[in-house]
Amino acid sequence: MSYPDDRRYTKEHEWISADGTIGITDHAQESLGDIVFVELPKVGTELTKGKPFGTVESVKAVSDVYAPISGTVTAANEMLATSPEQVNKDAHGTWMIKIKAKDPAEINALLSAADYEKFVNEEAGH
Amino acid sequence: MGAKMVEFNGWEMPVEYPASIGCGIVNEHMAVRTGVGIFDVSHMGDIRLAGPEALGAVQHISMNDASRLAIGQAQYSALLYPEGTFVDDVIVHRLGEDEYLLVINAGTREKDFNWVRDNTREFDCAVENRSDDFTQIAIQGPKAVDVLQKLTDADLSAVKFYWATRGTVCGLKNILLGRTGYTAEDGFEIYIPPDEETSARVWYEILEAGKEFGAVPCGLGARNTLRLEGKLPLYGHEISDTIDVWEAGLDRFCKMEKPDFIGHEALKRAKARGVKRTLVGLEMVDRGIARDGYKVLDEGGGEIGYVTSGSPAPFLKKNIALAYVPPEQAAIATTLKVEIRGQGVNARVVPTPFYKRPKKA
Repeated sequence: MSYPDDRRYTKEHEWISADGTIGITDHAQESLGDIVFVELPKVGTELTKGKPFGTVESVKAVSDVYAPISGTVTAANEMLATSPEQVNKDAHGTWMIKIKAKDPAEINALLSAADYEKFVNEEAGH
Repeated sequence: MGAKMVEFNGWEMPVEYPASIGCGIVNEHMAVRTGVGIFDVSHMGDIRLAGPEALGAVQHISMNDASRLAIGQAQYSALLYPEGTFVDDVIVHRLGEDEYLLVINAGTREKDFNWVRDNTREFDCAVENRSDDFTQIAIQGPKAVDVLQKLTDADLSAVKFYWATRGTVCGLKNILLGRTGYTAEDGFEIYIPPDEETSARVWYEILEAGKEFGAVPCGLGARNTLRLEGKLPLYGHEISDTIDVWEAGLDRFCKMEKPDFIGHEALKRAKARGVKRTLVGLEMVDRGIARDGYKVLDEGGGEIGYVTSGSPAPFLKKNIALAYVPPEQAAIATTLKVEIRGQGVNARVVPTPFYKRPKKA
């Protein structure tokens, strides 16, 4: 598994690019299994760093998705309402929401691809 | 095999096998509905009753009528408390003239064994906990018979649903093969020696034999969605020590004409009284997935019951649930709501089982 280094990551398994585009990681989709439901906030919703902003459900489990940084939702990926399985197919190429960062510096404080990968491996006990 | 494991009643169990080998809950579920899937269900427990009064003992502790069983035949039944609620549900196999095998759930193994032993002391019959004597493997799906037939000398076409036979399987002699399962599909459960070497060898031989039929290994996740589509109860969900037979809707497995069994008296009274809640099938009408424990609301938003099991149904491609609600709100086509993250989401009462396997042509 490789993590693109054009973005940052959280320990809750979200990714965020410099322009505020957010998704979940390949590790997250793999742990969840078959994703069947994605619920996202409306445009204009204020997000607080570390608080849940949406829900991803697989056949077996319900999982919150957390805001990597604080900001305002500017777009939500409507395709995921009908094709949630897209997240399984290409987690790093499938965005969930775009936000306008309250403080763009918060993004750079998150994990780099290498640090995230190390974190995932440690978590899995490798 | 790189499966995602979970702790289940003290057992390390696979939830699902990896997508990289064509698995995952949805694929595993679909394989069982359309082809064949293989489950390691060694966590199931087994209690053997044997002796001149074995039938009397089984009749006393179970609600179905074991006197109707021919040798080699099996039935779905349950062990009840005097209150008419569930110790556990079981499959009762009649193995010989005076020999029965109860197949019980993992989470209730010790409780079940103690219950059976303590309540059959009056009978001339030996009660043995055989749970650690077998590895139980389930081969399930319309192609299960074809896979298993390649590995045994027993004539499986002669074994009807809920009957068992013995035969040589993968070179192992005198193996019990039951045409039973927990998937609402045709299939077999086999009971082989429990040592790791034998278990692993048989497991891989079955997978190999199943290759031409697209067999995949299946985990607990698919086992749960398969049994839910078929409305097969799960202990701690649809049945428990606080739910009785009438509420659970298992009337046809409870033979009240049997003179006496534990729970009989209470069930007679409960029948006269009528139930306060009943198990219904729900199908989500609006977007949302009902999950175990979610509240069920009436159309006005008042709480009337709860979801016992809820999930997306991979074969039916609907979001379904089983729930306890008052009988007045249990009629087919009644609109109810399931509370999902604080919101009442519309659902409809539908006929069950959600899935019934097609009759063979």
